[in-house]
Amino acid sequence: MIDFKQIDWVPPGLIVGMALIALPLVGDPAAWLTLTVAALAMGMMIFVMSSGLTLVFGLMDVINFGHGVFISIGAYVALLVFVPLAAWGAADSLTLNLALVGLAILVSMTATGALGYAFEQVVIRPVYGQHLKQILITTGGLIVVEQLIHALWGANPIPLRLPETLRGSFLIGDAAVERFRVFAIVLGLAVFAAMYIGLNRTRIGLLIRAGVENREMVEALGYDIRKIFIGVFVAGSALAGLGGVLWALYRQILVASMGMEMMVLIFIAIIIGGLGSVGGCFAGSILLALLANYTGFLVPKLALVSNILLMLAILVWRPQGLYPVARR
Amino acid sequence: MIARLLSGDLPRSHALTVVLVIVLVSLAGAPFLFPGSQSLNVAAKICVFIVLAASYDLLLGYTGIVSFAHTMFYGIGGYGIAIAMHGIGANWGAMGVGIALALLVSLILAVVIGLFSLRVRAIFFAMITLAVASAFAVLASQLRDITGGEDGRSYSVPAMFRPSFRLFEQPVLGVSITGRILTYYIVFTSSLLLFLAALRIVNSPFGRVLQAIRENEFRAEALGYRVVVYRTVASVLSAGMATLAGVLMALWLRYTGPDTTLSFAIMIDILLMVVIGGMGTLYGAVLGATIFILAQNYLQVVMGKLSAATSGIPLLPQLLHPDRWLLWLGILFVLSVYFFPTGIVGRLRSGRLKA
Repeated sequence: MIDFKQIDWVPPGLIVGMALIALPLVGDPAAWLTLTVAALAMGMMIFVMSSGLTLVFGLMDVINFGHGVFISIGAYVALLVFVPLAAWGAADSLTLNLALVGLAILVSMTATGALGYAFEQVVIRPVYGQHLKQILITTGGLIVVEQLIHALWGANPIPLRLPETLRGSFLIGDAAVERFRVFAIVLGLAVFAAMYIGLNRTRIGLLIRAGVENREMVEALGYDIRKIFIGVFVAGSALAGLGGVLWALYRQILVASMGMEMMVLIFIAIIIGGLGSVGGCFAGSILLALLANYTGFLVPKLALVSNILLMLAILVWRPQGLYPVARR
Repeated sequence: MIARLLSGDLPRSHALTVVLVIVLVSLAGAPFLFPGSQSLNVAAKICVFIVLAASYDLLLGYTGIVSFAHTMFYGIGGYGIAIAMHGIGANWGAMGVGIALALLVSLILAVVIGLFSLRVRAIFFAMITLAVASAFAVLASQLRDITGGEDGRSYSVPAMFRPSFRLFEQPVLGVSITGRILTYYIVFTSSLLLFLAALRIVNSPFGRVLQAIRENEFRAEALGYRVVVYRTVASVLSAGMATLAGVLMALWLRYTGPDTTLSFAIMIDILLMVVIGGMGTLYGAVLGATIFILAQNYLQVVMGKLSAATSGIPLLPQLLHPDRWLLWLGILFVLSVYFFPTGIVGRLRSGRLKA
């Protein structure tokens, strides 16, 4: 079904290699497991938030500096579910808890998807092909929406309680593994699998991949790339919303700038992955999170700049990113 | 004479000339025209931000590249003074060392970032500068021993700049010339000189090449100009000016901390100033910075009154809440990118052409 020979195994090897090298350095296997699981959860969240952005860029050369507000909006909209249905979250029942989170995710993704549609139509459409204006306009959109969040939900941070069964940790040997992190990893893998299958096994996925490689050719064959692009933009925004819900549950406190905080990591992830590549973005996100956690444990001061160092190292090695997309 | 001072780049609009003269006279006479420490503070901030916005316009408006690391260079200037004054003491030597080291660090960083990312595409530069600047901000707030961490550093300045210093025995025009006022004039004069220097740069043959690159990178390259080199030099010059702006602000505030120098919010402020004032004309930076700082300090009062007046209507009071002033400037920003890409200055100039 999937031709494994076509996959470049170096980046995944890098991830596994990094984890294996870290094991003797960390020393304690339990601590190593905790660190690794935490990093994987973080990496999955970064991936969920950034995957849409990289596809949008690959397809239409559009960069959305306001992507972060979709994350914030996703988190705040989830409050509309979490607050009135607080009883579901307080109940000690996995089904009710998961139903609550699922409902919140559904509502958030719908809202951010719709907002993405409006954003594309109103804000981005007039500035196709003009990078400078795109950066300015989307940054402006970021300011306005962040201020609107302040106006609608107030400027104070809002606490959010994790549903009962997602709290606490599993004990694997001596290692404590937080339940929510496992949940985030499972969800992230599901999103990656869905995107991978969607892009590789469906007709629309074929068109998207073709569009990323060569937009003019797809248009010449009679497909309306604009419609595909709007679809991708809406999906990307909805994924940012999903990421926002996860990120909110992880931080357990909501502030309007929480999406913007992530943008730096997101940009680094999509740059080291190769702009336009979903697989690269996945590998990049996980590498980023693993390195940050290991250095944070081993050499805390170095962790402050580990992201930048990783980005520089990868760009020196592969200037187009881990999985270069043709033409770029 | 005036044309020479302005490097031949005249305002080219009566309205703009009038506004610029008003700004210049108000800033030059601020201690006498608007006595009081708050208004002097606003005037000093306007001076520094004019330099900061002008140096940013050198990149954004003239070279056509978006950087998110401008506050980093501004902060390097501030921290240069802070660390030197705190570590060595409040004397002129320390000030010199601080300025020199800050400029050196800025120069190296700007060259490295430029060579690394400017050969690719504008969009890459924007993302990489954002990442580097945020890493720098984290470093500044975490390396407590050097930078003072989140609290920043307060320090004393040479005796001449202190409020207790008196230049003359007698008050001049009813205002006694304190060290504060002296500092203000140092800030004002340096800002004016830096602004004139920026005008000189953009109207030189070098500045013309930058504009050529902005208009058509490929053609400029084909004409034999090394685009990467020109862009990197522009980004170094801009970084150097931002560093000096940071130095001036540090001397004025006698405090340097992450929130006042490195925060992303200030980066957004600079972006708003340049775009609303008018990209690609340094006079736009003057108007943008002046309007923005005035709005920051006085618009909130107006909005507070409006908010109270509309208290019966749903949502409107929240939108008019004094803390939401950035919302309205943000909307103005988006509208200006769409409808007046040349900003206020462009509007004023085109108004003249029609008349």
